[in-house]
Amino acid sequence: MATIYIDGRAVEARNGENLLQACLEAGTDLPYFCWHPELGSVGACRQCAVKQFQNADDKRGRIVMACMTPATEGAIISVDDPEAKEFRGEVVEWLMTNHPHDCPVCEEGGECHLQDMTVMTGHRERRFKFDKRTHKNQDLGPLVKHEMNRCIACYRCVRFYRDYAGGEDLGVFAQHNNVYFGRYESGTLESTFSGNLVEVCPTGVFTDKPFSKVYSRKWDMRGAPSVCQHCSVGCNTILNERAGKVRRTLNRYNEDVNRYFLCDRGRYGNGFVNAPSRLRSAGYVMDGQMTPVPVAQALEQFAAFAKDGPIVGIGSGRASIESNYALRRFVGADNFSTGWAEPLHGAVTRAVDILRTTSARVMPLHEMESADCVLVLGEDVAATAPRLSLALFQTRRTACNKLADKNRLPHWLDAPVRTLGSDLKAPIHVVTPAPTDMDVSATQALRALPDDIARLGFAIANRIDGAAPAVSDLTEEETARATALADALLVAEKPVIVSGTQYASTALLDAAANIAAALVTQGKAAGLTLVLPEANSFGVATMGGLSLDAVCERAQAGQVGTLVVMEADLTRQLDASAFDTLVRSVRHLVVIDHSVTPTAERGELVVPATAFSECGGTMISMEGRAQRFLQVVYPEAPLQVSWRWVRDFAHASGHEGVLDWETLDQAVAATAAGVPAFARIVEAAPKADYELEGEHIRSQTHRVSGRTAIRANISVRDIPPPTSPDTPLKSDMEGTYTTDMPATLIPFYQVPGWNSVQSLNKFQQEIGGELRGGDVGVRVIGERGTAGYAGVAPARMALRENEVLLLPEYRAFGTGETSMWSDPIKARATEAVIRVGGDAPVARVSIQIGAEVFDVPAVNDPALPLGVALCPPHMVARSYEAPCWVTLRTISAEAAA
Amino acid sequence: MFGIIRTIWMTFLHLFHKNETVQYPEQKPYLSPRYRGRIVLTRDPSGEERCVACNLCAAACPVDCISLQKGERDGRWYPEFFQINFSRCIFCGFCEEACPTYAIQLTPDFEMAEYVRQNLVYEKEDLLISGPGKVPDYSFYNVSGLAIPGKGKGEAEHELAPVDTHSLMP
Repeated sequence: MATIYIDGRAVEARNGENLLQACLEAGTDLPYFCWHPELGSVGACRQCAVKQFQNADDKRGRIVMACMTPATEGAIISVDDPEAKEFRGEVVEWLMTNHPHDCPVCEEGGECHLQDMTVMTGHRERRFKFDKRTHKNQDLGPLVKHEMNRCIACYRCVRFYRDYAGGEDLGVFAQHNNVYFGRYESGTLESTFSGNLVEVCPTGVFTDKPFSKVYSRKWDMRGAPSVCQHCSVGCNTILNERAGKVRRTLNRYNEDVNRYFLCDRGRYGNGFVNAPSRLRSAGYVMDGQMTPVPVAQALEQFAAFAKDGPIVGIGSGRASIESNYALRRFVGADNFSTGWAEPLHGAVTRAVDILRTTSARVMPLHEMESADCVLVLGEDVAATAPRLSLALFQTRRTACNKLADKNRLPHWLDAPVRTLGSDLKAPIHVVTPAPTDMDVSATQALRALPDDIARLGFAIANRIDGAAPAVSDLTEEETARATALADALLVAEKPVIVSGTQYASTALLDAAANIAAALVTQGKAAGLTLVLPEANSFGVATMGGLSLDAVCERAQAGQVGTLVVMEADLTRQLDASAFDTLVRSVRHLVVIDHSVTPTAERGELVVPATAFSECGGTMISMEGRAQRFLQVVYPEAPLQVSWRWVRDFAHASGHEGVLDWETLDQAVAATAAGVPAFARIVEAAPKADYELEGEHIRSQTHRVSGRTAIRANISVRDIPPPTSPDTPLKSDMEGTYTTDMPATLIPFYQVPGWNSVQSLNKFQQEIGGELRGGDVGVRVIGERGTAGYAGVAPARMALRENEVLLLPEYRAFGTGETSMWSDPIKARATEAVIRVGGDAPVARVSIQIGAEVFDVPAVNDPALPLGVALCPPHMVARSYEAPCWVTLRTISAEAAA
Repeated sequence: MFGIIRTIWMTFLHLFHKNETVQYPEQKPYLSPRYRGRIVLTRDPSGEERCVACNLCAAACPVDCISLQKGERDGRWYPEFFQINFSRCIFCGFCEEACPTYAIQLTPDFEMAEYVRQNLVYEKEDLLISGPGKVPDYSFYNVSGLAIPGKGKGEAEHELAPVDTHSLMP
């Protein structure tokens, strides 16, 4: 720690940080634009000028840029110095000379960093009498809106897009006053992280396009802390709501996981909660026709069903852990299914087992950023867990930082550090069956079939530690690959192994676990991460249950009276005939879901559940982090959270006493007590009675408008604000709101003078560090397990003559379930195309998956071996998910024409 | 005692004063143009809605009686709905002060009484008038940087032609 003096006040500064960070951490308001806590300093905007003095005798001082000056021991600076103030005033006046007269029609208005900084600097009168420069805009696709006139040339957008996220298609054109930030020509931004430009841009050049369609000012919206539902990473988000409708998703800072950025699937994938696909009333289905029925009648109906034989429940990785536990408790552990068919069921169960017992460290995303060697084993991380791929890409920056240390440069000095490492590749070794988006930035990208990757993994583990299971009959090439990769991992200090359930292969998971375990025996601080299929897969797999295949068998044996499916679409797991057989062989099918899925369409009794924006619950991410999401919408009956439906079913069918939960807190406590592994989930967030300074925390801003008018068209009478027993947040503007709120209860970021998301720095203990409100989420797994080596290497995968190995090709946009009910993601997703190995050009293929034949557009991909094809899961055959052998007939371009 | 007698005397003297009763509604009082009465939404000189749904009136309203939703058509922002709950309005005129486009204006009309409170909720159709109100010439989009049909980039007041990003000229 260094002591520095800001306007005569002695404050502690961290070693190696710059004066701007030190000032912000000391609570001083110092305006800035181009500096970003994650992107570092470039000194482009000249806004953070302060006066620095040589020593106590120096009365004259000199102006320095705070973001470009290290905070050295004994530094004396003045922020309030009249000359520094005047300098900053002039800088903002220059920046504003070309800024258009747009604020009323700008989506950023009211949460604009430029507005905040202009007010902070005191500039209020325009003296510039000349004409403003203007720019033409580009169409940047369905996610981001472009309005170039508003640009102040801080360069944050390209620094994020190109340097931080590795994007190629956003650049800077022209020069001096005319610089232009955009693409070479209009077109959709290709990066999966383009939505972050909205938060990174300090003004309104890049704004949220879907949000603009349902626009509302920041001060008018209710906020609530939430957790992303679109993959197993568990990014923290803030949901904004107004008039019962979710308007947008923002990043919520979690120092261990997503930090400052989200992927586009998470940011734009939540539209499903407002979509027409939502189920809004209970219904009784007869002959494919749904008749809405009152709740009481639906419960009576269920009571009648319950007399017809044993009840089996199917849980889901997209439902909260409380709902899953409620269902399991109601139907009994022996009658509860995880909702996955084989082989996925086995793979997920094994993956979670590994994560819970591995001797390597199951690393949070932020820890992986500082790894010096990453081995990605058979998982297209950029598609199945995009935010993880962004974190892995930062290993390149870590390598740059090491060079900077050698040259004694501070890490925040962005331009020189980046230039030093301009020849570096990210220390990532990708071994996958098909090309991935990570290949470009990786040190090397190797191709092999799933089982061969597993063999390679086993071989690597065996190379590192001879005690690990060996692989028989290795070819020379396999040995060379294994040796090279083992050597790369062994020279690293902090190697990380990444794999997942994409290919539903337990051998692959065992291989990854064995490598991590072998590295631990060599004294490495090895990390292991396994990507799981859904947001709460970890929770469901920990609880455990039957596979869908087992349920089907029981149903066919006539042992299932009523099948209760909770927030799951079985048609994504079972092919059409298997699903049909299941539905016919159970006596009654009851579906609890928030949207009308193909399963719900076949249900006999369907009841509407709340989506994650309308209820509270706990999700457990792939690193075993239990995180609570809270409701932002207060839904109208009959919508209620799934566990309440299960409880009502239990009561209606005479199972009083099994489930007597009234509030979320009781549900959480019961789940924690019922599943020993989840004992800590009660600590994930404060209880509903939590009060700070004697009051609940409010979820609306003080300046929320239109309270006596917004529903006046329905009735002029005022109604009290909605309440819920499940959330510690108050639904209205009355309550407390401080920067010291528990980190899990932050409904939005705003402090006086800082209306934009940049106000986050006021909520942190130090820039980029822990939040003042403490931890975000709790880990339900221990620091390290003791598991040894497991599994045996599979035989080499031999391609067949008459059949093609069909591999699942996941996509960031398109293969997700709930995200595809969301219009922006649907617009961003591209058509399903089958990629066929080999050099022969293909136009279409006819492909038989299960009993069905599909005629689909196709292209050939020379990077794939002959006899292998890639198919996006759920987009061609609804149920297709795991590798399988299929018959494929290619239709050449001429024949197709 | 004296006070009581004085009061009775002064009341008695009023018998001889001029009658101040105004025969309303037959006889209307004079109200100045800047009187703060019924709120209207005006149109710009070209006849388009002036309101750009920026929400500043709603934010300025001390009784929160204004509510609206932004919509967008050809780059122009407009209110999809615009509700004023006049049973709450205190006619303070803050909304008019806050409006950056002179869209919302208060008029010298106070005759708004209703028997049913619900009828005091005015929708956009009830508020929108066909003229520019007190500010005849102002058109917001002529000074803003947004492009709208008929006014491209660089065609507003005090704007240069759009930059050619391929040019190397300084």
